[in-house]
Amino acid sequence: MTAIGQSLPRKEDPRLLRGAGRFGDDLQRPGQLHARIVRAPQAHGVLRSVDVSMAVAAPGVVRVLTAADLPDDPRIPVRLTVQGIELTEHLQPVLARETVRYVGEPVAVVLAEDPYLAEDAAELVALDIDQLPVAMDADAGTVAAEFELGFGDTDAAFAEAEHVVELDFDVGRHSAVPLEPRTLLVEPDRATGALEVFGMTKVPVFNRGVLASMLDIDEARIRVHAMDAGGGFGVRGEFYPEDFLVAWLALHTGRPVKWTEDRAEHLVAVNHSRQQQHRISAAFAADGRLLGLRADVAHDNGAYCRTHGIIVPELTLAMLPGPYRVPAYRGRIAVVLTNKTPCGTYRAPGRFEGTVVREQLLDMAADQLGVDPVQLRRRNLLEPAELPHTRPMSTLGTDVVLDAADYPGLLDAAVAEAKRLGYYAQVEQSRAAGKRVGLGVAMFLEKSGLGPQETADVSVGTSGAVRVHSGGTSLGQGIETVLGQITADGLGVSAADVTVINGDTALQPFGAGSWASRSTVVGGGAVHEAALAVRERAIEVAARILEVAVADLTLHDGVVEVRGAPGQRVSLAEVARACQPGSAWLYAGEPAGLAARRRFEVAHMTYPYGAHLAVVELDEQTGGVRVLRYLVAYEVGRAINPELVRGQLIGGVAQGVGGALSEEFGYDESGQPQAVTFMDYLMPTAAEIPEVDVLVTENAPSADNPLGAKGAGEGGLTAAGAALANAVRNALGEAGSVARLPMTPARVRAMLAGEAG
Amino acid sequence: MKDQHLVSLTVNGAEHEIVVEARRTLADVLRHDLGYTGTHLGCEHGICGACTVLLDDQPVRACLVFGVQADGCQIRTVEGLADESELSDLQQAFSDHHGLQCGFCTPGFLMLAEAYLAESDSTADPGQVRTAMASNLCRCTGYQGIVDAVCAVAKQRGKAGSP
Repeated sequence: MTAIGQSLPRKEDPRLLRGAGRFGDDLQRPGQLHARIVRAPQAHGVLRSVDVSMAVAAPGVVRVLTAADLPDDPRIPVRLTVQGIELTEHLQPVLARETVRYVGEPVAVVLAEDPYLAEDAAELVALDIDQLPVAMDADAGTVAAEFELGFGDTDAAFAEAEHVVELDFDVGRHSAVPLEPRTLLVEPDRATGALEVFGMTKVPVFNRGVLASMLDIDEARIRVHAMDAGGGFGVRGEFYPEDFLVAWLALHTGRPVKWTEDRAEHLVAVNHSRQQQHRISAAFAADGRLLGLRADVAHDNGAYCRTHGIIVPELTLAMLPGPYRVPAYRGRIAVVLTNKTPCGTYRAPGRFEGTVVREQLLDMAADQLGVDPVQLRRRNLLEPAELPHTRPMSTLGTDVVLDAADYPGLLDAAVAEAKRLGYYAQVEQSRAAGKRVGLGVAMFLEKSGLGPQETADVSVGTSGAVRVHSGGTSLGQGIETVLGQITADGLGVSAADVTVINGDTALQPFGAGSWASRSTVVGGGAVHEAALAVRERAIEVAARILEVAVADLTLHDGVVEVRGAPGQRVSLAEVARACQPGSAWLYAGEPAGLAARRRFEVAHMTYPYGAHLAVVELDEQTGGVRVLRYLVAYEVGRAINPELVRGQLIGGVAQGVGGALSEEFGYDESGQPQAVTFMDYLMPTAAEIPEVDVLVTENAPSADNPLGAKGAGEGGLTAAGAALANAVRNALGEAGSVARLPMTPARVRAMLAGEAG
Repeated sequence: MKDQHLVSLTVNGAEHEIVVEARRTLADVLRHDLGYTGTHLGCEHGICGACTVLLDDQPVRACLVFGVQADGCQIRTVEGLADESELSDLQQAFSDHHGLQCGFCTPGFLMLAEAYLAESDSTADPGQVRTAMASNLCRCTGYQGIVDAVCAVAKQRGKAGSP
């Protein structure tokens, strides 16, 4: 009867399949102007002058904006400050004023009647830049922040160790690269000065606040509208320079301003991610017990600190110990600024990086200790009886408290499933046939359900239709479907009768957004409580209509019914009408409407976990890595819609295969980006991704939310680099590590030839 | 002076006569001049395939075709697949097999798949379908649902191939 746990069809599908979705560039407004950003062509230099005279005179041009036209030096604030570290001097200006620090940095904006003309005129803006020396890697950069996290006595742990295993590992620079470039349309109301904003996602309420503050207007004058978005994965919807510039121009020209990013811009403008150099060492007792872990990390953050501040470095350190019993841990990280595109979060931030390093280290340790890699993990995983397990270090302002889990059980289940599916047999057979194949296993810990809170409104209209106004945003993850199912379950209606509106700041002014795999857990919690409150009110009003006691009524399938007397009933639509102003069923002074707003709070995050197993084959001629088999085993607590959980995991694997094997933002020594088209930035196609096997378990529901759910957004990606690195290492028969991601054909060929990677 | 041309083209059976600049892409003509916004632009350099439409039954990247080149042509876009009440078999299969998440690449994949299924030698073999679908990029689904959906429709439409 409940809608929860069913793979119902997605509410989003019909409009998207018909081409009727509402993406930012689909909208047009009468009289709109088109913005084109002029970007720095050099990686570091003094900006002597920005000559706009020719651009201003070009056909169709209405205005050309430079930093000199802006009243002060607006900079984009950090959204989440952690570790008490001040980053003000490293924040990005909306337009470069005196110095340019990466290729792609916004320097001017051309506003024209037509996007083609705007692009023509942008090429006429003449920049005079005196080049400065560039810092292209962490060793040459400026340290913006440095901090440590840890617990226990690592010196003692390493002093008593029987085995110490060390590893240097680099994770390459890559990022989310959603299929839809960014887009923004801001329409001013010249009568009221209000701004209608189309195209902000992820954290619309927060971004509205930032925009209001930067424009110095009241936030109520800005409305961000609900839109479809072509993938988020962490990068879309953060507050970027363009979010200010487009709104500022709309406000100051009094005309709608539209900006649609092109792909070449996207690849240098939107947050990069992942690039870190790790030096990690682990201390083991003779019996394989892990005694201590040390990590020293350099995080290449690019030219500025953007909205994520130093969250990714913090998450890297905080999540590095993973699901293992680590008595002593000391992690240190330096956040380094270089002359590259600034960085932020990308799906599984900090965990993708830390997991590949840790899991490669464990495989090397297993070889050194002469034990099976799965057995070494098994020995060191926290047992269910040891949970909850508190690690005395904070991440995102909350303690790391590992909640309900069965890590060894999941690892065993994953290995058994891979055996059942013939992974191990396939490796043996292929090797016997002379092929260079390898199998990699990796275990990971995820995080989800970051609070501290979310708000939801549930209301019933006079037709009986149910509306939900949630604080999440639709980024493709299917959140409308999931929240619809949670509402249907809590209220007692069919999921088909529920419409979910996300990301409209007028409809839900207290929304905290969709990020950190929080929408189902925290947003779902709020929706669940609001739905229960509406149910309670519906029964209370129905009791007046039916003249029976509240305790005698049930609500199911959209009907309130007297228990044991099925004929005595009133529909939810009739109850909603009875709640209208002027209705005889309302008490004097009682507010009208059949609706409720609820706020749901969580104290801690909930930590999903899983294992990845990969089988790869190396082409000895080309160095190409072919992924033959791939299994994700994942504990989700409770799957609201199992098909959507599977979809999240499989999609995550594909992104992980890209980051592990082919995707990289390379730069030449002068700081010119080398991946500015899809011919250079190589995302996997259907031909590179195998059919992915998925094992979802619901053995460890979260105790922190009424649904028992853990987030599902990131675990398909988290251990993909790790499983593939271990599989390639296994195929190579290396004693050392694969040393860095991505494992491109050139690098694999070098390793096959026995050269240093 | 703009280099303007009078162009006639048929989109999903509807005839249009418009004046377009020589350099204007077919994608911009469809999206912004004629309102067929279901055709999406993901890269504007012919790699991602989100803008795939059928031009005289052949799949093309609408970002690499100029509007003037479509003069006198029959074009099919995603808006032409369903009727008012029902999704097409292919659209329904995409939903049934979870072949879309954000939906941005979906119109391009639907048109690519339509072209594939119309080929005389297309089959329901997953390997062949996977190779054909490798023309376009999807960042959400990992392609599995897309491949499953196209295989299912190929079977329904009587194409040979392993299950």
